Amino acid sequence: MIVRLMGEGQWRVDDTLATRLEELDAETERAVEAGDEATLRAALQALHDAVRASGQKLDHTHLQPSDAVVPPSDLTLDEARRLLESDDSIPELP
Amino acid sequence: MAGLMARTSAITQAKVSKLLDRAENPEETLDYSYEQQLMQLQNVKRGITDVTTAKKRLELEDSSLQQQLGKLDEQAKQALQAGREDLAREALTRKAALQAQIASLEEQEQQLAAQEQKLIEGEQTLQAKVETFRSQKEVIKAQYSAAEAQVKIGEAATGIGEHMADTGLAIQRAKDKTEQMQARAAAVDELTTSGALEDYTAQGDDLDRQLAQISQGSQVDDELAKLKAQLGQGNQSASSGDASQ
Repeated sequence: MIVRLMGEGQWRVDDTLATRLEELDAETERAVEAGDEATLRAALQALHDAVRASGQKLDHTHLQPSDAVVPPSDLTLDEARRLLESDDSIPELP
Repeated sequence: MAGLMARTSAITQAKVSKLLDRAENPEETLDYSYEQQLMQLQNVKRGITDVTTAKKRLELEDSSLQQQLGKLDEQAKQALQAGREDLAREALTRKAALQAQIASLEEQEQQLAAQEQKLIEGEQTLQAKVETFRSQKEVIKAQYSAAEAQVKIGEAATGIGEHMADTGLAIQRAKDKTEQMQARAAAVDELTTSGALEDYTAQGDDLDRQLAQISQGSQVDDELAKLKAQLGQGNQSASSGDASQ
């Protein structure tokens, strides 16, 4: 599968990584619910690290869409809330 | 609720579909998508200019505070030489406050520099993808049957649309950050104007005035001592400037 780390690029990772990524994603959700910014950062960082460690980075000229998109690892709690609550958290395309 | 990855994936997909739906037919998708890509390239270039400008402004402010720091050091020294430990203490207290202000400014500078770097990388990647898209679209049109070409073009346009969404978020975050900084700077200005905060960078303040008095005072003392020496009054240890306030 192909995973995009926002602000970093795209990686091809083994399909078996999907379960681990979903676990970490669930952690981001719990962290936002608990209002715990440190745990949120750690979970996002763990998502980025998991993809980087086992994946192969795709060239800039690669045009395929990703199967999953991971937000930036330095997302604040406010930004994370906005992302969960509103579609406008990612601006409309031109 | 969903996790942030699931949510970000869904929003990105929705934004990209919305973009591609605007093209009326498959052939149009190519040219339309290409136009949007060029527009997004312009947007990211503008974003970079804005962040660079904001960063420059912070750097200017930083160097003016650094100058002020040097001045306070000098003032503390002068005050001590004049035997005014109270004034030296005041100057050093201001210096400490100023140093805290500088540290926070430098942290903001670093954050902006990181965002600037992200945007520059985003622009370079987008540029590379747009070039690829441009060269591939003709190949795709020529080599594949209409139906196949449609699928391939749709896929490439989706992939590049996803990167445009990524770049769009980076531009938005940089913009939010610079706006936050400007709002904070405006709030500090307002507090300073209203007198709730002391402006350590203001010129010609009370500390300056008192130190000027001391140096004038000691000049007078020096001249007096010289005069006394000429007149042979001998008593050199003229009382050291007890500059009363």
